[in-house]
Amino acid sequence: MSINIPHITSIASSSIEAIDIKTITFRFAGCVAPGQFFMIWVPGIDEIPMSVSSFTKETKAITFRNVGDATHALYHLRKGDKIGIRGPYGNGFTLKGKRLLFVGGGTGIAMLAPAIEEACKKKLETTVIIGAKTQNQLFFEKRIRRCGATVLVSTDDGSTGYKGYASALAKNALKEEHIDAVYTCGPEPMMKTLLSYCKTIPFQASLERYMKCAIGLCGQCCIGKGLRVCLEGPIFDGATLRTIKDFGSYRRDAAGRKILF
Amino acid sequence: MTDLNTAIGPLRLKNPTMLASGIMDEDAGSIQRMIELGAGAIVTKSIGIHPRDGYANPTVIELEHGILNAMGLPNPGIDLYGKEMNVLKKTEVPIIGSIFAATAEDFVTLATKMQGLGAAAVELNVSCPHAKHYGLEVGSDLSLVYDIISSIKHHVHLPVFVKVSPNMTNLVEVAQTIENAKADAIVAINTVRGMKINLETGLPILANKTGGYSGKAIKPIGIRCVYDIAQTVHIPVIGVGGITNGEDAIEYFMAGACAIQVGSAVYYRGPEVFHHINKEIAQWMRKHNYKKLSEIIGAACR
Repeated sequence: MSINIPHITSIASSSIEAIDIKTITFRFAGCVAPGQFFMIWVPGIDEIPMSVSSFTKETKAITFRNVGDATHALYHLRKGDKIGIRGPYGNGFTLKGKRLLFVGGGTGIAMLAPAIEEACKKKLETTVIIGAKTQNQLFFEKRIRRCGATVLVSTDDGSTGYKGYASALAKNALKEEHIDAVYTCGPEPMMKTLLSYCKTIPFQASLERYMKCAIGLCGQCCIGKGLRVCLEGPIFDGATLRTIKDFGSYRRDAAGRKILF
Repeated sequence: MTDLNTAIGPLRLKNPTMLASGIMDEDAGSIQRMIELGAGAIVTKSIGIHPRDGYANPTVIELEHGILNAMGLPNPGIDLYGKEMNVLKKTEVPIIGSIFAATAEDFVTLATKMQGLGAAAVELNVSCPHAKHYGLEVGSDLSLVYDIISSIKHHVHLPVFVKVSPNMTNLVEVAQTIENAKADAIVAINTVRGMKINLETGLPILANKTGGYSGKAIKPIGIRCVYDIAQTVHIPVIGVGGITNGEDAIEYFMAGACAIQVGSAVYYRGPEVFHHINKEIAQWMRKHNYKKLSEIIGAACR
């Protein structure tokens, strides 16, 4: 059967990571690469793209903030409840070099975590910056320390770690150490700032756009000159992002209207 | 040299492969990519007077032999879409503005704006099978269809194409009405109304429950419709429905189409599909000693 039709599975477990942030794990066999995403169907509500936040051969997990109709419904599902899954979609990260810097802003750290674990497993020198608004929105810090990465934390209000933006912390890290490549997911203005610090350093960022088909057909998620975030993304490299006006400036809503970041 | 030039009434195309409405045509950047990859003409997303979000997801799923969708006519409205059209003003490939509305008056407003935005023609969406008050609901009322076409022809000098639905049993009568109203071409077909139910949940998968079926499975339906229409009217017919390769296109030409549109095959073969289909048409023509498309068009109708 096609991967492009929802396969029904049930929630195997769920856990609260921080205020309004939850991980749900579901049975779904098959391979997935760090950075890829699934379309998650909550029957009767909506279907939304969600990057994988951890996986085994038999199970996959997503980690999300309770912000909209679909995530609200997902947040309140219990063990055994049914959801539909199609995918995996997108290109995933390509890890290059020996000293890597990961920068996750807000829930962005969720999809970076599997790539970080892969980097640590490959014995690459891995530094991770986790940025959150405030201490009680911070998550995955322990999980990432456990895999052997160096973790730096920033909060906008200074309630824990460095007071300020993750991008500022990254600027320091890039100055002080030699970094071979930067990987990021988070608010786009933050990622754009980060790209400006990476003039010669390879850079990969995961983008988020309103998606409909997720198979490269409808054009809803296109950026720049018809680049499909669902198919040619969601991970784009620095060279590509520098040519894309949309990056860090605007996204499009369901009607195709530009919404400034 | 094999000549892939074709004409739809007054409109000249460098090749017969057009991008069908609703595929990779929401913004100027995507359209530019389709042009660079060889599309002979572009049909825009169907645009209305006001912005519309369309339906909640799931809006698109792939079935065994085709694709089922119910987007719900999402579009930013003609005024915002005009900003995308303005970026494309210098392009030489014709941009055909697909428009939808519920009344002749709104259709005229949209067509007039499309003319101002540099569209080479308008394509009237009176055939979308899953939008309340629009599309097929308008197309089912033949006196309204007649009124819409003649009102536009009265106010606007762009060629008017009318996209028809295979879900109508009186297609010949529909085609005659369109010709009598002085439209310039008929586009056949829009998607075939369909549904997919998930067994585990007992629910239709599409949020709108029903949708339109496209892709490989619907080609014989499209061929039959184009053939019936070409037998009935004298105005040009544009074929669309399940065209994935050069031979599919040739079959539509033989049924009477003077150009074809490609939608779902952008998924099956990627955006390079226009380049592939054109190459395959030319190869087939060389192999069979044809020099011009006009030698093939309507071959099955004689």
